[in-house]
Amino acid sequence: MTPAIDTLDALDSLESEAIHIFREVAGEFDRPVILFSGGKDSTLLVHLAVKAFAPAPVPFALLHVDTGHNYPEVIDFRDRLVERLGLRLEVAHVQDWIDDGRLVERPDGTRNPLQTTPLLDSIVEHRFDAVFGGGRRDEERARAKERIISLRDAFGRWDPRSQRPELWNLYNGRHAPGEHVRVFPISNWTELDVWRYIQREGIELPSIYYAHQREVFRRDGMWLAEGPWGGPRGAETLELRSVRYRTVGDGSCTGAVESTATTLDEIIAEVTASRLTERGATRADDRLSEAAMEDRKREGYF
Amino acid sequence: MSTKDLLRFATAGSVDDGKSTLVGRLLYDTKSVLADQIEAVQRASVDKGLTTPDLSLLVDGLRAEREQGITIDVAYRYFSTPTREFVLADTPGHVQYTRNTVTGASTAELAVLLVDARHGVVEQTRRHAAVLALLRVPRLVLAINKIDLVGYDEAVLTAIAKDFSGLARSLGFADEAVVTIPVSALVGDNVVERSANTPWYEGPTLLGHLESVPVTGPEAGAPFRMPVQYVIREHSRDYRGYAGQVAAGTVAPGDEVVVLPGGARTTVSAVETADGSLASAGAGRSVTVLLADDIDISRGDVLASAAAPPRVGTEIDATLCWLSDKPLRPGARLLLKHGTRTTQVIVGALGDRLDTDTITYTDAPGQLGINDIAKVSLRTADPLPVDDYADDRATGCFLIIDPPTGNTLAAGMVGHPLTLAP
Repeated sequence: MTPAIDTLDALDSLESEAIHIFREVAGEFDRPVILFSGGKDSTLLVHLAVKAFAPAPVPFALLHVDTGHNYPEVIDFRDRLVERLGLRLEVAHVQDWIDDGRLVERPDGTRNPLQTTPLLDSIVEHRFDAVFGGGRRDEERARAKERIISLRDAFGRWDPRSQRPELWNLYNGRHAPGEHVRVFPISNWTELDVWRYIQREGIELPSIYYAHQREVFRRDGMWLAEGPWGGPRGAETLELRSVRYRTVGDGSCTGAVESTATTLDEIIAEVTASRLTERGATRADDRLSEAAMEDRKREGYF
Repeated sequence: MSTKDLLRFATAGSVDDGKSTLVGRLLYDTKSVLADQIEAVQRASVDKGLTTPDLSLLVDGLRAEREQGITIDVAYRYFSTPTREFVLADTPGHVQYTRNTVTGASTAELAVLLVDARHGVVEQTRRHAAVLALLRVPRLVLAINKIDLVGYDEAVLTAIAKDFSGLARSLGFADEAVVTIPVSALVGDNVVERSANTPWYEGPTLLGHLESVPVTGPEAGAPFRMPVQYVIREHSRDYRGYAGQVAAGTVAPGDEVVVLPGGARTTVSAVETADGSLASAGAGRSVTVLLADDIDISRGDVLASAAAPPRVGTEIDATLCWLSDKPLRPGARLLLKHGTRTTQVIVGALGDRLDTDTITYTDAPGQLGINDIAKVSLRTADPLPVDDYADDRATGCFLIIDPPTGNTLAAGMVGHPLTLAP
């Protein structure tokens, strides 16, 4: 008897691709690490890593480059997840780098671009040779040209003009001592795929992804929250709005969107109907210039 | 919840065929381009002194590409319709065209090849078609673009289609694998919306065709193959599973398999994912396979159908697409990555070179340079279980890697997947 043909739907196909990538890296690298912010994409990465190695534990640590500009709900979520899965979490506090003078606070208070040095220092300190990130090619134009396994030199630099061709599903992760690779298992997922998969798998997320009442102020077309990074200036005023976050980044530059979506169904409906990309809507760091992401990636940022 | 499937496809065309505009049109008309991206394109178009938005700017992402007005690398694009999701590998035409076309074609179940209705099949079309045939992309769309510029003349379509079908046949494409569609990416004719300007055309729109072709490739019906990626152990339960992605065929409990290159035979006792046991797993599914017998198996080994196993050996006749500036000379000692195994390789004699301009095999060259495609004989340090690429794309492909730099030098295919009809 021939068993029925096993066909994969789009989410099955993306899941299997991501699991394949996790296993390739586990097989070929000595010290991989998952970059983990508590945001939806890195939470998805951890979920996929768990599935890739079940019933054995995930054979990687997590690394959080912590800007200090956090949402308490996200840190709480991070700590519970790590404890539940029995994972090892390394935290690189940007504040430590500022305190000892290796980094200087920017005039605008944004710490997103400051994450690069602590990230690279941590990679050296822990001798990580493969660093998983939740970057997706649909997020941004420079990322559309990124490889799934992408080589970084000793300075962490990305050189988009000399990338290795990536053929079939044969990944070439060879690197010299001091070099490392960045690995993007969900490269081919879209924002909507991420949400549909979170719904299908019942993945828990920090509460700030769902609509809630929050005091926010308007700046550059985005709703920003008050925090240690600052608050309203000049004519900007705090007002109570029903908002949710589409991305979780440094509090100083990550905006909320007005929303009443409190369930995954409502979020998926909202994302489907949205007229703005998630980075365009909510990330001031990408608005610095036409090539803001490319420039940061060249310097070693994710 | 509705289930959509996923089609991976590639686009190829020469510089002025309007490929970026076609890709932009597909994204725009399927409402996959959001307002902030459109606004960014409009701003950039105004900066360049254009009066209409240049949809190609949606595609070109790097600073150097925008500054030089060229596309230098494969870009991946995403869009979806109510029934299907699409991953599009957009491969630039001129610069490093072999490298880019090979990359895009390697994962594609279908390729859209663009020609300009005013020029028909040109040298670049022949080159791209040859590479797509060599890479065994199962299906082709010949999109005859700028049909508006030839007055929507059916005779133009007929002539180009006839010209191309001769080329496609000589490259080994079956007639039913090739579909010809007259389009205007600029105006939108027959891309997403059916055009009133081509009443004589009865076939599908480009998107309609992309939505209806089968997404499964020939590997679904091939004999079972799975390179072992990782051994999953859970000591408390005495659990040992072999993790991998089914490369070809189907695996189910009770199947007899052979472990290669060692040759031990055993029976599949379970096929698992983190969600539980499966009755069977098909090509593309990442699984963990449990076996009835305790056999020494590690990363690099291949599980295969015992009834139809691949051949195992160290002498491999192959075809290489050379992708590096560093030339290949006979006698070179390099690395070869096949499945999950990387082994040393010595390059033997170079065989015939494929001339992609004339679509003929010519005499063996003294060395291979960038963009060269040639037959070659290889000897590997470890025996490899291989299939002819023509029979199985997933287990017939390999990389050639430069040991000192780690760079990927060549795309390799077992056997000679492109046989030219006389």
